[in-house]
Amino acid sequence: MSTPSSNSMNRLSHTVGKYRLPIKPTSLFVLVLFTATLLASMANLWVPADSAFHVSTYTITLLGKYLCFAMLAMAVDVVWGYCGILSLGHGAFFALGGYGMGMYLMRQIGDRGVYGNPELPDFMVFLDWAELPWYWLGMDNFGFALLMALAVPGLLAFVFGWLAFRSKVTGVYLSIMTQALTYALMLAFFRNEMGFGGNNGLTDFKEILGFDLQADSTRVSLFVITAVMLALGYVVSQFIMNSRMGRVVLAIRDGEPRTRFLGYRSERYKVWLFVYSALLAAVAGALYVPQVGIINPGEFSPLNSIEVVVWVAVGGRGTLYGAVIGALLVNYAKSRFSVVMPEGWIFALGALFVWVTLFLPKGLAGWAQDKFFKTEEHPSEDEPLSSDMDTPISHSAKGAS
Amino acid sequence: MMAVGCLFLLLLGSGGAKANSASVSTELSKDVEINSSVPVDVTERTSAEALLEQLTHTKLSKAAALLEQLEQSGDVRVRAVFQTMLDGALYYQRDNRQLLAVRKGEDKSLNASDVFSGESLGVVAKKSVKKIRVNNRLRVYLRGALSRLALNADSADDRNIAVMSMLDKLSADNVAALQALDERETNHEVKVSIALALAMNTLATSSDRDQRLAAIEVMDGRLEAPVKNQLRALVDSAVVDGSIVNSSLDTQVIAAAQKALQNIDGKVTAYGYVEQLFFGLSLGSVLLLAAIGLAITFGVMGVINMAHGEMIMIGAYATFVVQQLMPNFLEYSIWVAIPAAFLTAGLVGVLIERCVIRYLHGRPLETLLATFGISLILQQAVRTIFSPLNQTVVTPEWMSGSLEINAVLSITYSRIYIFIFALIVFAALQLVMKKTSLGLQVRAVSQNRSMAKSMGIHTDRVDALTFGLGSGIAGIAGVALSQITNVGPNLGQAYIIDSFMVVVFGGVGNLLGTLFAGFSLGIANKFLEPATGAVLANIIVLIFIILFMQKRPKGLFPQKGRAAE
Repeated sequence: MSTPSSNSMNRLSHTVGKYRLPIKPTSLFVLVLFTATLLASMANLWVPADSAFHVSTYTITLLGKYLCFAMLAMAVDVVWGYCGILSLGHGAFFALGGYGMGMYLMRQIGDRGVYGNPELPDFMVFLDWAELPWYWLGMDNFGFALLMALAVPGLLAFVFGWLAFRSKVTGVYLSIMTQALTYALMLAFFRNEMGFGGNNGLTDFKEILGFDLQADSTRVSLFVITAVMLALGYVVSQFIMNSRMGRVVLAIRDGEPRTRFLGYRSERYKVWLFVYSALLAAVAGALYVPQVGIINPGEFSPLNSIEVVVWVAVGGRGTLYGAVIGALLVNYAKSRFSVVMPEGWIFALGALFVWVTLFLPKGLAGWAQDKFFKTEEHPSEDEPLSSDMDTPISHSAKGAS
Repeated sequence: MMAVGCLFLLLLGSGGAKANSASVSTELSKDVEINSSVPVDVTERTSAEALLEQLTHTKLSKAAALLEQLEQSGDVRVRAVFQTMLDGALYYQRDNRQLLAVRKGEDKSLNASDVFSGESLGVVAKKSVKKIRVNNRLRVYLRGALSRLALNADSADDRNIAVMSMLDKLSADNVAALQALDERETNHEVKVSIALALAMNTLATSSDRDQRLAAIEVMDGRLEAPVKNQLRALVDSAVVDGSIVNSSLDTQVIAAAQKALQNIDGKVTAYGYVEQLFFGLSLGSVLLLAAIGLAITFGVMGVINMAHGEMIMIGAYATFVVQQLMPNFLEYSIWVAIPAAFLTAGLVGVLIERCVIRYLHGRPLETLLATFGISLILQQAVRTIFSPLNQTVVTPEWMSGSLEINAVLSITYSRIYIFIFALIVFAALQLVMKKTSLGLQVRAVSQNRSMAKSMGIHTDRVDALTFGLGSGIAGIAGVALSQITNVGPNLGQAYIIDSFMVVVFGGVGNLLGTLFAGFSLGIANKFLEPATGAVLANIIVLIFIILFMQKRPKGLFPQKGRAAE
């Protein structure tokens, strides 16, 4: 593990340079996250509404949404930053998790829907469906729904990853295939016949586990839970990356053929990492839906998945906190920008893509590291990217023959 | 409907004006010249004139008789009058009893025009004209009369169409008219059609077994809907669960009808497949056009251009702009649009290559992200410059309409042209890649960049030109697509994933593979569609490609030898 980038994380943790951090970054991350969450929650619940320190419920929900996106970005970073698998279809796992949660929330509406049917969601009544399709059965049980929200994306990731990595599909081919996957799912979920509400998706949720979704306390709780899950995801991901498996994953990123020649079954590591990442995305999706109040096939659109990649690229891939920071920053900018000048936002986003890839290949995190924590031991930083990135396209197919 | 009526009237009117003074004898001739050279028959002319004048006096109840007389008169202008009357636009001027075609304009003003020539006579006052009223009975008569009059058309094709349109309304009058036409008809095709119509009539009216059998024989294998309906009705009336139960009908006739019906159904199914195949080829040619530029940038250069769809969009907008610039020459605008689209898209491509892609050389994943950003910018730029809405691109006259091969199979011209166009573009590109020095250099660079460089090839220049070429071809694809789909900012997005699939499926770096992949995916899509619906067919094809990629990651036709490394 001599590549400078591969232990960039470690470098920060045991910083050698003049700016030694007094605390490990994992703890720092968790600490910052919890403090912010706690302060925001208290400011919402206990500070009177007319106080300058009051945080509105709208802001809380917005923050919760950002944290979900941060988790999704972390999921992408796990596979892209650490393993060189650029997935342009992570939105699919996110949306599938969201649909799982959405189905539970839909069943919770019960007979309070427009048509007042206790069994069928409104859109099924509207479409003249006689009974609940089999895949909706049991979704009124929270535990089962949650299990499904994780199992389905996990299984999909496993099957897809197993097929793809076993045949050594890598690089851009894999990226385009993941994109095709989410595109196909989007087309499928747009169909009314699928039984997921078609174009409109699932919405009009009332309550979760008996708590009113509109209540401030529920919102704050969801926000806190999201923060906890994000912290948990961060710690687990960090643990995986520091484990033996994480070392092999990094090795695969930096030279898959070599790793294979050393005797590691690289495809197995990749499949499990891919599944883990998909689960992380699914959790984010499941947390996202009750806070936003809607899930529709638009979440599957390839554009969404690519946007996630940009968050990671902006924050700095290969550093989990970078992905989180990127997601928060870009989404905050998006919220502000699209209110002020909706047209300008697309221009800005497009420019961001180009600017980051051209001038900030290691993202903000990498830039900050270079600027503030530059160590004597690594005087020259060469291209920190994986061998996949350095090799022209024909390479990706080479391994297969 | 109104527009069609007007056009019809216009055509009739101009024809009428040519032969205005010449009365046309009932004798029909294919040759227009003979018609107009027939000397003016004064008595007939006056009789038609008088009848037309009478039309302005008669009561509604007596109009039918008058119209019949008019039909009999054989005057060529009668058609125009009947058509105008059927449209409810026949008026006359109160003071001089002159017939007028009057249509209401948008502001409810009455625009008058000459019934025969369609020449505009300006706005008339409501008080000065009076409408000649029609009721439903008259309308039915007028429709019949018009189709009968159409039997007297000058061109054999028109007569044939007129005969065909009568197949499902074989009234006694119509049959008589057909029989009359049969006697003087010289054109073989028209005679065959008349024979069919008369056979249908025989089957419906005659009770003689041999006659009916002969009639069925004539009808056997004809694809026209009325023929099929008549046979189906006949068979249904007698057959329940495969056995003949209605004994009052001749079993032999029923059996013959059943067999004829089977033949017809078989033929219809066969033509259905032909149609699907054509739709598949048409979709395939669109896919080929969209993907072929990508095959160069992605396949030959190894650059993932996510902005490829936007190059197509630029081409389509170039077509739109060219049409805006030369509104009077829409027919020819496409010949300007093709080079314009090629140059615009190509130039944008070169710009992108020079400003962004060359700095990302050898980092395909980053290229993918950067070009995606560019695609967002281009889309938004189009939204800002033009509008987020779709723009109208006019299809030239010679590209609209369809080629009718028979009653169940017709193919739109625009799709035929696009098919041919796609093949031409493909051939031209193949020629450039194989025969020109640019092509040679491109292939050399794509195989071994550093070796090519040491041989004195300017790889930078080649990169820019290749990217420009690929983008330019995408622009040309945009011209073709503008003729069949909506031209809007999202045009490109709809094709980008499909294009990637085609290139990857065909084998990267292989133009012939792209051709094959485009057509096979197009055909597969269209053959799945009737069974599954369009969206599901699309999904199935996508899943198929994903699975196929597991099996053969290098596509159908992988590159072989040292080029593959």
